[in-house]
Parts: sequence; structure tokens; C-alpha cells
Amino acid sequence: MSIPGSGIPTKDDLKKVIPPSKVLGQGPVVIVECFQNIPCDPCAASCPSGAIQPFEDINDLPAVDYAKCTGCGLCIASCPGLAIFVVDVNYSNTEALIKLPYELLPIPQKGQVVSGLDRAGQKVADVKVMKVLKNKNKTNVVSILVPKDLAMVIRNIRVEEIVNG
Amino acid sequence: MKEVDIVIVGGGPAGLAAALTAASCSASVLLVDDGLQLGGQLIKQTHKFFGSSQQFAGIRGIEIARNFIHEIKKSSNIEVLTQATVTGYYEDGVLTILEGFNGNKLIKVKPKRMIVATGASENMLPFINNDLPGVYGAGAVQTLMNVYGVVPGKEVLMVGAGNIGLIVAYQLMQANIQVKAIVEAMPCIGGYWVHASKIRRLGVPIYTSCTLKEVKGDEKVEGVTISNIDKGFNFIPQTEKEFNVDTVCLAVGLSPLAELLWQADCQMAYIPELCGYVPQRDENMKTSNDMIYIAGDVAGIEEASSAMVEGQVAGLNAAASLNLYHKEYSQIKQKFKRQLAQLRNNSMCEAITKGVQKATIKKGGDYVYSR
Repeated sequence: MSIPGSGIPTKDDLKKVIPPSKVLGQGPVVIVECFQNIPCDPCAASCPSGAIQPFEDINDLPAVDYAKCTGCGLCIASCPGLAIFVVDVNYSNTEALIKLPYELLPIPQKGQVVSGLDRAGQKVADVKVMKVLKNKNKTNVVSILVPKDLAMVIRNIRVEEIVNG
Repeated sequence: MKEVDIVIVGGGPAGLAAALTAASCSASVLLVDDGLQLGGQLIKQTHKFFGSSQQFAGIRGIEIARNFIHEIKKSSNIEVLTQATVTGYYEDGVLTILEGFNGNKLIKVKPKRMIVATGASENMLPFINNDLPGVYGAGAVQTLMNVYGVVPGKEVLMVGAGNIGLIVAYQLMQANIQVKAIVEAMPCIGGYWVHASKIRRLGVPIYTSCTLKEVKGDEKVEGVTISNIDKGFNFIPQTEKEFNVDTVCLAVGLSPLAELLWQADCQMAYIPELCGYVPQRDENMKTSNDMIYIAGDVAGIEEASSAMVEGQVAGLNAAASLNLYHKEYSQIKQKFKRQLAQLRNNSMCEAITKGVQKATIKKGGDYVYSR
């Protein structure tokens, strides 16, 4: 119950939703940063592989069966709270790939370097946009390449307008 | 004199749902709304809704309104009056409606039943210079931005970290308007944590146990002073912060808009958990007046998702009381009851559940079996 003061999940909160390191090492996997029992279940309905378990009660917290998660990221755009991320910590020797929801303009372009922000919106690194998935429901999913040690730190981006030149 | 089975007052989420449900029971419906278009607050909600994915979860409010309005246009049982205000309810069951931009056309209607879904009004906050241009309610900011595409200002202080404050702060950021901070008088964030996390990730600070003390400016808002407050809501000296902003947005709660129910002499009760005076009702959403049903925020401040289910309950039962039964009346009634219970079955809704229990004075019989 630590979020109410600040709006930022604490280390203890995150411990509950970050998969074990063995799972993280095996490829892209979902991280659902949802800590409060509220009536909301689209994530489970959106999951094509049954990794996000069906809810018994609509107020349940999402439970993930990591063995079934393919890291496809379909749940990211389905989440009304924009609380779902997919992280591949072993994307390369030095970099991790993060897929995150993005609903601001301008929409970044593939290859663009943008600011990587932590959970308090502070810039911690320049990151490269690898892919932008524009969704019909207008929650776009942006894949970014980040330094490996920031895989669990960066959760947002800031995109500057590209000035023609 | 116009006659109709059911008049529904208010075309927001509760009224829209009530209209469609009553019409599906073959009731003739007149849906009256004072806005330029139907939809109430839904047409300003650009965020995706929570709730059950079997209902409306994951869909943006604006889309939900669009779907409802489309269905209502298709229904031959529903007549719609927009830009029309219900001004009175008389002892003989006649409603007066003022229609048109200037309200210069008087219409009298005698419905067999009335469903009041008038929603809520925004609360004001006392502070120095709270009458300066640039001080807005959150609803007004949403109307300007999301309905008319007009930005209210460039730099904003948001007052209130309930769901409305958090959501509107996010919408302001989406419109490229800088939100300098959110202040919240309570010691914790009142809205959903995911909304709070979303706004924090954009770099907006949320100060709890903190409130707006003073707005500065001669003819318009030029800056604000905020201050921490103690448990007794007294300002704590030397904790003040100043920001240069041109806009102050107030999201400090809502009050049920129940004038019509007072006038109709419905039994009212002050229930703090439901944010003010609300009509007492039975489980069918019928008030102490057998003619009058209620749904949505007028029955107690809650989420749009539960307002829509309450609208369905009111529409179903108001029609049933006229011997107009949905073909699956009993099943559908149980389904709505279950959905409401599910939506309220979390710690955020503990107070609401308690309030609804206090306001519900009778069980509300099943019309099929009480005939």
C-alpha cells in the first residue's frame, strides 16, 4: 500500500510483478505494474496465449503464467491504466528492449533517438526507437532499446518535435 | 399535452443506458438533455474505461457515447430532445420542459414514469481570488479541450488527485499543456493508482496533504501559492510553494444534482459516502414516489460504468411497472444486480457500497411476481 503517497510504485511493489531472473533471461516477457484491486479485466481478455490468467473476480490483480507468455505485447494497448510493459533484458549483450504504451503526440519514428524517462518522468538516458505499432484504439506501442541496467528503470519516453533540416 | 410511457431526464451514461433498456421493453421513451448533443460527460472522456471487458472496459468514453447514440437513433421507441431543460415536475405528473437555445419554447409532457439521470455538479473551493478568469472546473476544461478543441491555457495547477483530477491532468498533457503540479488535500491519492503512475511518468509531481492557498493576478490567473496542511486542514507555515501558471483546474469532487427530486418531494437523505443529498430508493432504483426512478450520479457519485448499469436497472423496472416486460426480465435483472455488485466489490468502493446500503430503503420487489 505504498503508492497512495507518491503515485510511484516502490521496490517492494515492483518485486511482486517483476518476473524471476530465470524467466527474464529467456526472452521478452510481460510486466504488469498493476497493484490495486479495481474492477478491470481487459488484459486477460486480450491475451492470446492465456498467460494472463482469466479473472475469477473482476477486481482481481492480473496473474501471469510466465511459461505461456510470448512477449507479444497485445495486452499493452488493451490496458486502460497503461500499466503493462514487455521487457526483453537479453536483447543484446548491452541492451534491453522495452515495449511501452504511448498516447502523446508527436508519435516517434523508427530509428529516432528520444529521451528515456523513469517512473517519475525524469530523463535517465537517450534511447533508440526500434518500432512503433500504431493501434486502432489509439494506444500506440513503442519499442525502445535501452542500456541493460535501465531495463527496470525506464518506463516512458519524451519525444521532441523533429525540426526540419 | 404530449403523452409518453417514460421520460428520461439526462442523456449521460445512465440516461442513455436507461433509454435503450426501456425501449427494448417496448416502452415509448422521451429522452431529454440540456446539452447540444447527447452523451453527458462521456463525450469528454478520451481515456479508456475500466470495468468488465464484457461491458465497456478498454473502450474510450467518447466511443461508448458514439455507440449508444447510434443505437438510440436506430430505435423507433425513443424520441430525443436536446438543448432542452426539464424545469419542473408538478403534482399532476406533468413535466415542463424549456427547449431551444434561448429556452423560449415551453413543452408540457405527461409521462407515466420518469427516470431522473441528471448527474452531478462540480464542487467549488474557497481560496483567495477564486473568481479570477483562468480558474476552471475540471468539467469545463474537458468541455473546452475535448469537445471544442480549445486549450484553456499554457500552464496549469490541478487541484485534486481523485480520478477526475488525474485523468484531466493527463488529457492536458496530451494536449501539450504543461501541468506544473497536482495538489491533493488528503494524505493519499484518491484516484486509481494506475492513473497516478501514468501522470508521474510524465514528470508531473503530486503533492499530498497540500492545497491551493491563493491565486495571484489582477485580471487573470498569473500564479498560485500552495501550502501543506495538517490533519485539521490548517495551513502549515513555511511550507508554501509558488508556481507561475495561467490556469487553475479544480477537481475537488461532485455533488448529486437532485433539484427535480426535491421538487417532486421524494424522500431525500444526506449520505456522505454518496457525496450529498440523494433520493432514497429501492433495489429497482425507484424513489419514494412510485412514478419516479433514478440512475447514475444523482443517486450517488460513482463511476460511469456503474451509472450505466443503474440506468439499465431503472429502465428495465420502470418499463416493467407499466406491464412492459423484457422477455428475459428476471434473468436480466439478476445479471444487472450481479454486475453492480462486482463493480463495487473492491476497497475503492467500500464507502460507496455502505452509502448505497444506507440509501436503499426497500428491497424492491420483482415486478413479474408482484403483479
